[in-house]
Amino acid sequence: MSTTKISGKLAIYGWTQTIRGKRMRYLPHTEEDITAMLKAIGAQSMDDLFKSIPGDCRRKEPMKLEPPLTEWALDRHMDTLASQTAISPDYLMFIGAGSYDHHIPEVIKQLLRRGELFTAYTPYQPEVSQGTLQSIYEYQTLVTRLLNMDVANASMYDGASALAEALLMAVRITKRKKVAVSTAIHPLYRKVVKTYFHPTGYEIMELAYGPDGATDLSALENEKELAAVAVQSPNFFGCIENLKNADALVHANPKTLLVSCFTEPLAYGLYKAPGLQGADIVCGEGQSLGIPRSFGGPGLGIFATRQKYVRNMPGRLVGMTKDLEGRRGFVLTLSTREQHIRREKATSNICSNQGLCATAAAMYMASLGGTGFKNLARLNYNNAQYLKTELEKAGVQIPFKTPAFNEFVIRMPAGSQAQYESLLKNKIILGLPLNQFYAELEDHYLVCATETCTKEDMDRFVKEVTS
Amino acid sequence: MMGTTGLIFNEPLLWEMGAKGRTAISIPEQQVPSCPVDENLAGDGPDFPDLCEPDVVRHYTRLSHWNFSVDSGMYPLGSCTMKYNPRTNERQSSLPGIAGAHPLLPDGLNQGSLKMMYELERLLAEITGLEAVTLQPAAGAHGELTGMLIFHAYHSAKGNPRTKILIPDTAHGTNPASATLCGYASISVPSDENGIIDPETVRELMDEETAGIMVTNPNTLGLFENNIKQIASIVHAKGGLVYADGANMNAVIDVVNMKSIGVDVLHLNLHKTFSTPHGGGGPGAGPVCVTKDLERFLPVPRVIKDGNRYVLEENFPDSVGKMHAFHGNFGILVRAYSYILSMGSDLKKVSQYAVLNANYIKERLKDVYHLPYDSDCMHECVFTDKHLQTHKVSTLDLAKRLIDHGFHPPTVYFPLVVSGAIMIEPTETESKETIDQFIEAMRTIAREAAENPEILHQAPKNAKVRRLDETGAARKPRLAG
Amino acid sequence: MKEIHELNLPENLHYTKDHEWARKQGDLIVVGINDYAQDQLGDIVFVELPEPGEKFSEGDEFGTVESVKAVSELFLPIAGEVADINEDLADTPELVNSNPYDEGWMIKFKPDNPADFDKLLDRDAYLTMLKG
Repeated sequence: MSTTKISGKLAIYGWTQTIRGKRMRYLPHTEEDITAMLKAIGAQSMDDLFKSIPGDCRRKEPMKLEPPLTEWALDRHMDTLASQTAISPDYLMFIGAGSYDHHIPEVIKQLLRRGELFTAYTPYQPEVSQGTLQSIYEYQTLVTRLLNMDVANASMYDGASALAEALLMAVRITKRKKVAVSTAIHPLYRKVVKTYFHPTGYEIMELAYGPDGATDLSALENEKELAAVAVQSPNFFGCIENLKNADALVHANPKTLLVSCFTEPLAYGLYKAPGLQGADIVCGEGQSLGIPRSFGGPGLGIFATRQKYVRNMPGRLVGMTKDLEGRRGFVLTLSTREQHIRREKATSNICSNQGLCATAAAMYMASLGGTGFKNLARLNYNNAQYLKTELEKAGVQIPFKTPAFNEFVIRMPAGSQAQYESLLKNKIILGLPLNQFYAELEDHYLVCATETCTKEDMDRFVKEVTS
Repeated sequence: MMGTTGLIFNEPLLWEMGAKGRTAISIPEQQVPSCPVDENLAGDGPDFPDLCEPDVVRHYTRLSHWNFSVDSGMYPLGSCTMKYNPRTNERQSSLPGIAGAHPLLPDGLNQGSLKMMYELERLLAEITGLEAVTLQPAAGAHGELTGMLIFHAYHSAKGNPRTKILIPDTAHGTNPASATLCGYASISVPSDENGIIDPETVRELMDEETAGIMVTNPNTLGLFENNIKQIASIVHAKGGLVYADGANMNAVIDVVNMKSIGVDVLHLNLHKTFSTPHGGGGPGAGPVCVTKDLERFLPVPRVIKDGNRYVLEENFPDSVGKMHAFHGNFGILVRAYSYILSMGSDLKKVSQYAVLNANYIKERLKDVYHLPYDSDCMHECVFTDKHLQTHKVSTLDLAKRLIDHGFHPPTVYFPLVVSGAIMIEPTETESKETIDQFIEAMRTIAREAAENPEILHQAPKNAKVRRLDETGAARKPRLAG
Repeated sequence: MKEIHELNLPENLHYTKDHEWARKQGDLIVVGINDYAQDQLGDIVFVELPEPGEKFSEGDEFGTVESVKAVSELFLPIAGEVADINEDLADTPELVNSNPYDEGWMIKFKPDNPADFDKLLDRDAYLTMLKG
């Protein structure tokens, strides 16, 4: 294994086209300004301003940075780096696994570029932040409608940290110290949960998945002291979990909470929302809702729960109220749960939300509308079903028979690594190899089809994979 | 420059608009056969309003008009570093090869992304003086949690994770909240009469059950903790570690090498110091920088350079684990990388101008506003409402009145150790003219407080809404429509 | 905020150093926060109370009271078991502001040792503490 090499000198670009003159374009100070300001302060020099820093705390060697780049030189450098990434449609890739290829309407990209939205701070001064506040209130509302839950917060970092926070919330509510987590939850989410739980000493029990690809809940019968049971639906293999069954089994113990998470919220345009099936906390990743994949972030941690648990919820909340003249307005509310007031006793240490991503998601849900959301979900489902059926017809094994949404697992003949490599040479990605996460799933690949794939692409994929 | 009201539109909520059957997205015709859905599993889909594209555009454009933003005016929020958000950063992060990159492809297909991450890590190491960096934390508080997990892992590896952590009374609330998540009880360290930590206090509190100290330097009073080296020695002597909250890094770029003042772990807020936009509350990014000794505890995967290739390496058995599903807020990391390359060696000027602006404001306002700690400040200065109180005017009234004058209020009522605190951070990207206007507005408000305090009690008058009933909102929460 | 001489502190109640009041009702003790505490906190938006049947030692935190931007802990002045809580505060926490000694009461509890009640401060002792 190699280790990080720390170079003494940074050489990032092999050529230079750096800016001319003394002044970088973001810095407004002229020599005259500086002289006048130093005079007003009573300082002799810029260095004088730092005299409160003891000499032994001052940097001995200045930073080694290259000269500033011109805007176009930077463009060239970034274009070069960006060109080294495999993206659709140059590559034929049917890969989701928590990061989905959905069309993002141009209108969302353009609206997010409004400086009033993206250069605003957290809306702590509500009178001058009504745009952000109403947007987030609308986001919270659309999320509750999507998931059929009572309340949603203003968002968390990502689906993984939202799941970790949901389980910690269940521990707080129930005052119990053990949770059960399905192994059909995204493996990387489970790693994050493990990281969050490690120093707490709380126990994580894993629930195996069955031969149908859905979680086997039979182990729950002997567990009387669980704070929560967490499942994902559609799960990591794309299978729809039987939440109704989970509801009955989990709530046989009235204190235990059912946590239902997701990586693909578009599924709820077709399948029953988790809130209709007894979930106490629903959380997951909202990247599908108008947010670019961006190598996995920023995404959107969606988090919703029942009214009775709202004061145990982590994260910001926007509420509706009135101003002095009785006009409708919005404020951040129930802040006493949060770290800036309750400090070490806060429900979480989170101090931000993925504000702009939440706004993007609201724009996306509003752009689709109820009708569009259902249609798009249906299209994803049909495409995935078509691809699955065609692959099966061509002789590819489909090991898990549970109904799916837009993702499913295929099993290739033994030694499929070579085929994976050879397809890659033709710019085709077979899918996500599952043996990296599940040792027993050698030669299994996770495949995803969204609305962006054409029939032609899918037919070509089937042909290439089975030839 | 008085803030004035332009044409402010009213705008309904999304579900008060639209008509069934409209859509603002182009959905393709189905090319494949329709497949039946299991009836027991099928749902009715969400109850969303149906809008067309012009509805959506106008809705969000009108909402945007109700926001104050860095683009619209000076935003002097202390400890938030509301500097200009360069447009080129937005261009870079939306390139197809960046915005379209899938996080789980083989390393060979993501060389550009990995190279950028590797180089950003090296740049942040150069800037802070700490050798190793993780880019995974998605925000400052997430970085703090990462840091505390590293403390926990380090001490556990030595046989005792320890139970306590020292946190100065001027700290952000995230510090104790992050420590709690790792099971550490927060022990408050009172500041001395000069607003900084006295090493003797640390010596009394530090013991072998204490994992270390979390300091913000410069602290939230805008003062450099000038005993930091001595404090670090005391903590290190008892086997503890020093965590630095880099919220105020904008004051000390190229001035202080964090490692040489005794810091072991530090988080940076890319949305503060490195110009990435705040987005109305996020997303941010909170990389964590550590000493070489602590590198083995950083989250995985790590970006490694192997010859000319960049690879993601999982095999670090001492790692704290994983903080984010993928590689952190990559789109934000790209913006910070773009900023650092654009600024290059001019990054050295950032702290100089930021500190110049703050001291200029402090000197020009201290005759009218009470300054609790009258010493050289760094990038921010803290006043109080002590003089205003004689006219029954509070910090809150001043904040709201500033809105009418066309400025965003400073951070108020923080740090908690200063009653009625008014914390001003101008940043380096505000010009002398703008700062002079801000000073003039602040001086005018001080006069108004004496002559006509009612104007302040009634403020703001020029915003979209007047003061809101926050009590009613908290008593009967209405969180969804 | 009120000056000390403006506070309403009834003679017939006992007080604690944490600005609570207490009175006997049969073999139970009724507890709430006093005028000074409600005035300092400002508009109260939420009161978190324990379940009847929960047992506490002297000085234990039994709940919290919240204003928009502050949280204060409530401490049981003497050991005992919770017998009843004021359910009305769930919907109308403002009763603690408007009527702290009557409709704004918080819990009734059965003391482990009824004689402990006499250890609480009377009005004069409480005022002396407040001025000190």
